Amino acid sequence: MATSSDILYSVRNLTVEYETRHGVVKGVDDVSLDIRRGEILGLVGESGSGKSTLGKAMMRLRNGSARITSGELWFDGQNLMELSERQMRDLRGSRLGMVFQDPMTSLNPVQRIVEHLTETMLTHEPEWTEEEARARAEELVERLGIRRERVKDYPHQMSGGMRQRVMIALALALNCDLVIADEPTTSLDVIVEAKFLDLLKELRDEFNLTILLITHNIGVVAEVADRVAVMYAAKLVEIGDVNQVFEKPLHPYTEGLLKSVPNIELDSGALYKMEGSPPDLSSPPPGCRFHPRCPYMMEEVCPIYDPPFAPPEGASEDTRVACWLHHPHPQKVAIGA
Amino acid sequence: MPESRLEQVATPTHRIEAGPPLVEVRGVKKYFPLQSGFLASLFNRGEQPAVRAVDGVDFEIRRGEVFGLAGESGSGKSTVGRLVLNLLEPTEGKVFFDGMDLSQLSPDEMRRLRSRMQIIFQDPLASLNPRMTIGQAIAHPLEIHEPNLSEGQRRKRVLEMLEAVGMNPPTNYADKYPHQISGGQRQRIVIARALVTRPELIVADEPIAMADVSVRSALLDLMMRLKDEFDLTYLFITHDLATAKYVCDRIAIMYLGRIVEVGPLKSVYGSPAHPYTQALLDAVPVPDPKHRRTQPMPRGEIPSPIDPPSGCRFHPRCPIAQMGLCDVEDPQLMQVPESDNHLAACLLRAGPRAMGQQTPPS
Repeated sequence: MATSSDILYSVRNLTVEYETRHGVVKGVDDVSLDIRRGEILGLVGESGSGKSTLGKAMMRLRNGSARITSGELWFDGQNLMELSERQMRDLRGSRLGMVFQDPMTSLNPVQRIVEHLTETMLTHEPEWTEEEARARAEELVERLGIRRERVKDYPHQMSGGMRQRVMIALALALNCDLVIADEPTTSLDVIVEAKFLDLLKELRDEFNLTILLITHNIGVVAEVADRVAVMYAAKLVEIGDVNQVFEKPLHPYTEGLLKSVPNIELDSGALYKMEGSPPDLSSPPPGCRFHPRCPYMMEEVCPIYDPPFAPPEGASEDTRVACWLHHPHPQKVAIGA
Repeated sequence: MPESRLEQVATPTHRIEAGPPLVEVRGVKKYFPLQSGFLASLFNRGEQPAVRAVDGVDFEIRRGEVFGLAGESGSGKSTVGRLVLNLLEPTEGKVFFDGMDLSQLSPDEMRRLRSRMQIIFQDPLASLNPRMTIGQAIAHPLEIHEPNLSEGQRRKRVLEMLEAVGMNPPTNYADKYPHQISGGQRQRIVIARALVTRPELIVADEPIAMADVSVRSALLDLMMRLKDEFDLTYLFITHDLATAKYVCDRIAIMYLGRIVEVGPLKSVYGSPAHPYTQALLDAVPVPDPKHRRTQPMPRGEIPSPIDPPSGCRFHPRCPIAQMGLCDVEDPQLMQVPESDNHLAACLLRAGPRAMGQQTPPS
């Protein structure tokens, strides 16, 4: 079991709200999550599940009109909610790195790659000389498999895979502790994606990185993550060891998701077909948000009571699930009490 | 130059098995000329540089078949889809639909033929007019192709289509606008609109790529159900080899404007011959944490289609390339040893050299 010193980042009861035309919508609804030092935690969910909003909120970056309305963010013993915007800015880029889906929108089109890197380094480490920063930039870029002389290129002269590696280089430029990677391989072709994922694993070991990998791609999670967290309709529904979750998913949504992913290695004929589609967050279903689509729905509990996100009965703290199949039902609790 | 590479090797067996194909693509090329500046055009009187998006492609699609066309971005697969529908004119080569040479048809004949072939794109929101109701969108092709229908007849056809794509009850949806329904439902509407003229061929260009995982399998299932119900033939264009596995009868793998391997899905996936196909299949992420990749990934990245490498286009990245051969000789699609209708454009793994290695000289 993880002790508190193993935990690099803790999200506690985080709620993020947006203003929309249809009123206030909770994009992240009372989410708690621990990230352990040195792990790759995969955060999966469909579009609109709140996974990107959660990732941005963890950096205290605003996503459109999104606002953190409650909760705590603990990073290495520090409550980020208490930091000033200036202190936050110092932290981002130095100890918290971020890699987005489309690196082209994160890189400055009129700045050479080397300038991106040296600027980041010199902003956070003003005592470094220009030459030192430049040497480190070249070294990093080379380590990531890009030829040294290509640091003089502009972002548009590089391929998507290279640009994504530059983003990682930016995060590594200052030995950051936690990298939040939001769909980093979604715009890449499979071969480039495979190489990028291999690189990510190598860098984790080499630089002692901790990575939160946000993705909709179950296969990517299976390939690189140590643990996996599953999000559905702004809530976490399950978290656990990747082998355990893939072998024996506890939440019916996780189970459905895993069965509906095409697997190139299997001979099976048909794919599992999940009923319905994810709910509209401006009016989520009452009780468990998955109940209208759930094949195991229990009429007397699921549509009425919101399930707790907790370890299932008799299991260790490492696994958590929000499903009434695994928790004592509210009526029974009431009778027992 | 031989008329067709495919014909030389495998077509006869196809023909005998399944009658005339619905679609035949023969030696098709599509070059997009590059914009060059005024001065450059003054001084550079030579050949104008062009993006060779499709650079000599042959295949055929049999009636009732789901033919997959897979490759990475920039491989030319979407361009092939548009060439098949004559939405683009080939720079060279011919496309036949039901035996008709599309390049020989008059604009009027082509317009009439269009009701028999339809396309489904990746992004349903971009494919639907936001100011048209769902009912109007589905009725639109009928107004063009069957102008003699009465208002009532059209409405009836629209409701039938909505029901066929699982939008029940249809009257609930016909008067809604695209933004009032979900992404998965929008793709169902696009499918309904494509099918309302009762086409024979559907070119589906990444039809489920935008959909969420939990609605993808339902969409695929729908497409396959409709295939049987409406006697459809699909050209299924995708970058997702895992999905292709569930729907395609045969598959062609494209690399830099060429088909590098084609054959029955089982054969191509089970024993891929081309090193590129092997790498591509192995790179697909598998939803099983215990799974490990077995192939080393090819070096570097896809070269530019403006100036593709000499010889085999994959040779600079290929783990088994033999210098002096692979960088010189341009491989054609050739029979893969001990296979049925399985062709690969690899000098070492298909054709006479590979056959020679397999069987000792008698």
